[in-house]
Amino acid sequence: MKYLLVLFLLGINQLSIAQETVEMADAMRADGKIYVVVAVISIILTGLFVYLFTIDRKVSKLEKNN
Amino acid sequence: MKNWWKILAFLLLLFTVIGGLLIEVPRQVILYETIRNLYFHVPMWFTMIFLFLLSVIYSIKHLSSSNMNHDLIAKQMVNTGVVFGILGLITGSIWAKYTWGTYWTNDIKLNGSAITMLVYFAYLILRSSMDEEQKKGRIAAVYNIFAFVMLIVFIGVLPRMYDSLHPGNGGNPAFNSYDLDSNMRIVFYPAVIGWILLSIWIANLNIRINKLKEKEE
Repeated sequence: MKYLLVLFLLGINQLSIAQETVEMADAMRADGKIYVVVAVISIILTGLFVYLFTIDRKVSKLEKNN
Repeated sequence: MKNWWKILAFLLLLFTVIGGLLIEVPRQVILYETIRNLYFHVPMWFTMIFLFLLSVIYSIKHLSSSNMNHDLIAKQMVNTGVVFGILGLITGSIWAKYTWGTYWTNDIKLNGSAITMLVYFAYLILRSSMDEEQKKGRIAAVYNIFAFVMLIVFIGVLPRMYDSLHPGNGGNPAFNSYDLDSNMRIVFYPAVIGWILLSIWIANLNIRINKLKEKEE
C-alpha cells in the first residue's frame, strides 16, 4: 500500500514535471513558428526546381534524338 | 557548367523565401507583416515587364530579319510574361483586400495593369487567328510594338500623373526611399533577379518545346 502511494505520488510528480517542460523542439517553435513556414516554402521551392530540371533534361533528350 | 544561372535562380529564390520571411522589416501600421509581400508581388510585375521588353526586342528583330525563330521567341516571352502578370494581379488583389479592405478598386495603377494584360491577351488572340506563318509573324510583331508602348503608357506614365492608393502615389509608381529601406533591398533585389531568371528558364523551355513541335509537323 505504502509503495503504491509512493508510486502514485511519483507519477503525479512526473506529470507535473512533464507539463512544466512540454515546450520541446524549441527551434521550430520560436517567433510564432515562422521557421516552420520557411521550411515548408523552401521544400516546395526545392521540389519545383527539381521538377523543372527534370523537364529541362527531358526536352534536351528529345532535342538530341531529333 | 552551362546551367549555372538556373542554379543561381534557385539559390536567389531560396534566399528570398528565407530572408524574406525572417529578416527584420520596417514596422508600419495597416501593412504590418504584409510588407513582406513586396518580395513576391512586386517581382511578378518586374518579371512580366522584362519578358515583354525581350519580346518586343525580338519582334523588332523579326521585322528586320524575317527570321521565324525570332517570332517564336517573341511569342513565348509574351506567353510566359502573361502568367507572371496574372500572378501579379491575383497577389496584388489579395494584398489589397487585407490592407485597403477591397479586392479591387478603380485605382489608376490597378486599372492600368489590367488594361495592359488585356492588350497582351489580344496579342495572343491575334496570333492564333491567322494561319499564314510569315504574315502572322509580321502583323504580330507590329502589334507587339504597339502593345509595349501601351504598357509604358499604362504602367509607366499614367500612374505618375494621378493620385493612387498604391505605394508611391502621384509620383513614383512603385516605391520610394520611404517605402524601401536598406534592409528590404538586401532581399528585394535578389528576389527580382531570381524571379526574372526563373521566368527566362520557363520561357526557354517553352521555346524549345515549340521548336520540337514544329520539327515534328
